[in-house]
Amino acid sequence: MLKLPIYLDNNATTPLDPRVLEAMMPYLTDVFGNAASRNHPFGWAAEEGVDYAREQISQLINCDPKEIIFTSGATESDNLGIKGVFEMYSQRGNHVITTTTEHKAVLDTCKHIEKLGGKVTYLPVNEQGLISLEELEAAMTPQTILVTIMYGNNETGTIQPIREIAAIAHKHGALFMTDGTQAVGKIPVDVLADGIDLMAFTAHKMYGPKGVGALYVRRKNPRVKVTAQMDGGGHERGMRSGTLNVPGIVGFGKACELARLEMAADAERLSKLRDQLEKELLTLEESYVNGSVEHRLPHVANISFKYVEGEGLMMGVKDLAVSSGSACTSASLEPSYVLKALGLSDDLAHSSLRFGLSRFTTDEQIDYAINHVKEAVTKLREMSPLWEMHKEGIDLNTIEWAEH
Amino acid sequence: MAYSDKVIDHYSNPRNVGTLDKSKKTVGTGLVGAPECGDVMRLQIEVDETTNTITDAKFKTFGCGSAIASSSLATEWLKGKTVDEALAIDNMEIVEELALPPVKIHCSVLAEDAIKMAINDYRVKNGLPALELEKSHH
Repeated sequence: MLKLPIYLDNNATTPLDPRVLEAMMPYLTDVFGNAASRNHPFGWAAEEGVDYAREQISQLINCDPKEIIFTSGATESDNLGIKGVFEMYSQRGNHVITTTTEHKAVLDTCKHIEKLGGKVTYLPVNEQGLISLEELEAAMTPQTILVTIMYGNNETGTIQPIREIAAIAHKHGALFMTDGTQAVGKIPVDVLADGIDLMAFTAHKMYGPKGVGALYVRRKNPRVKVTAQMDGGGHERGMRSGTLNVPGIVGFGKACELARLEMAADAERLSKLRDQLEKELLTLEESYVNGSVEHRLPHVANISFKYVEGEGLMMGVKDLAVSSGSACTSASLEPSYVLKALGLSDDLAHSSLRFGLSRFTTDEQIDYAINHVKEAVTKLREMSPLWEMHKEGIDLNTIEWAEH
Repeated sequence: MAYSDKVIDHYSNPRNVGTLDKSKKTVGTGLVGAPECGDVMRLQIEVDETTNTITDAKFKTFGCGSAIASSSLATEWLKGKTVDEALAIDNMEIVEELALPPVKIHCSVLAEDAIKMAINDYRVKNGLPALELEKSHH
């Protein structure tokens, strides 16, 4: 029997892989030492676990284990990377380039450095969610110290042209950072080949535990340094103080190892399932894919259904755990700024659903989801005066609405 | 957000969804809200001219569960009422019946506005002056 509701919100977080939990268990019980305790076997055992995880993680993204700085998650890594570079390289310049569709962890950090006197350029995206390389090139100045552009978008799955972006940043003497939160573990990410200098990523988006993430900081060509944002014991080569979350790190390592071994097969299966879901839902009239179809993470689909209202739609798909393009902030419904940046109108942004598939998503679940969404959209449209007007050929823009 | 059982019931089994012939003299139509605000409600009544009684009521709503429930409930209440009785329906009665939370009170206001607009449409069609309605509180 199918268990309801079906979890299709894997861009928010993924379930823990049982094999990850198994790897973590000893470190939650017997091996409880502090990895920084150098004087006894308890500390050594913990440190060994951490070192092994560092190896596993570095193999996934093709870096040196010493280039991994452990943090509490991607938000902290984004903060440490951006603020840390801004402080460390303040002699060289104060300009940072990013995009309008970044995660809030990047956007709000950029807002913060603006308050500190930094200059930030927020590059727009086209209707597919992609930046223009020409616009990036034009935005580069001698003061530009950092370009920070996400790898794959959390709402649409759109993948930016990372290698080209890195090349432009380097040509102008700036560092290139990427928020790899949604991409690492889902598609091949190779920091050397991609030309990435700093990268934020996290365990809980790839079947690892919550509360542990990493910042990749390049050590060679060029040697990158970030100013620590937390004072204390000087852990993580002085860049991030705080006792290491040993069980979390061990789980992160195991999750990366599994991703390295299984990513290709997972991606192939999930993109087929995703495509099937999308193809079926697009048979509904007036439904649209948001973001790039060509440059996209394999497990993500974001679809808008015109003439149905977002909150009503969420209520209609109660058997699915999905996200909508409405960020429901207390009283008011705010349409997603990411979808708005793609040029969507408020109503289309509101009536969007984001599907995020995972290693644990089954064919049966997707079949159920397809029928469930179709039924909900059809039922709501039968109830919608806007749908009726559309069917009668009335242009809704010509109606004088009794605004309230 | 948690919806009340009554909202869920009206959302899952909406009463009187449909369309009346708006060209008929006996039919009054009220269309309120705006797509960009996230709610559009259309409420229609059919009136028996001899008894001044509402014999049928239909709605279509684009909106959240509370908006759908408010209009569904309104159509239930309208049937069998005289036009004057219908005019007396207050949005707070809808709030109470559906146990709407404060953030959803505007859905009940929309329903009340739609009732009044439908009645006025009927009145104007039948040569009666439109009633001055107090501007709703948004």
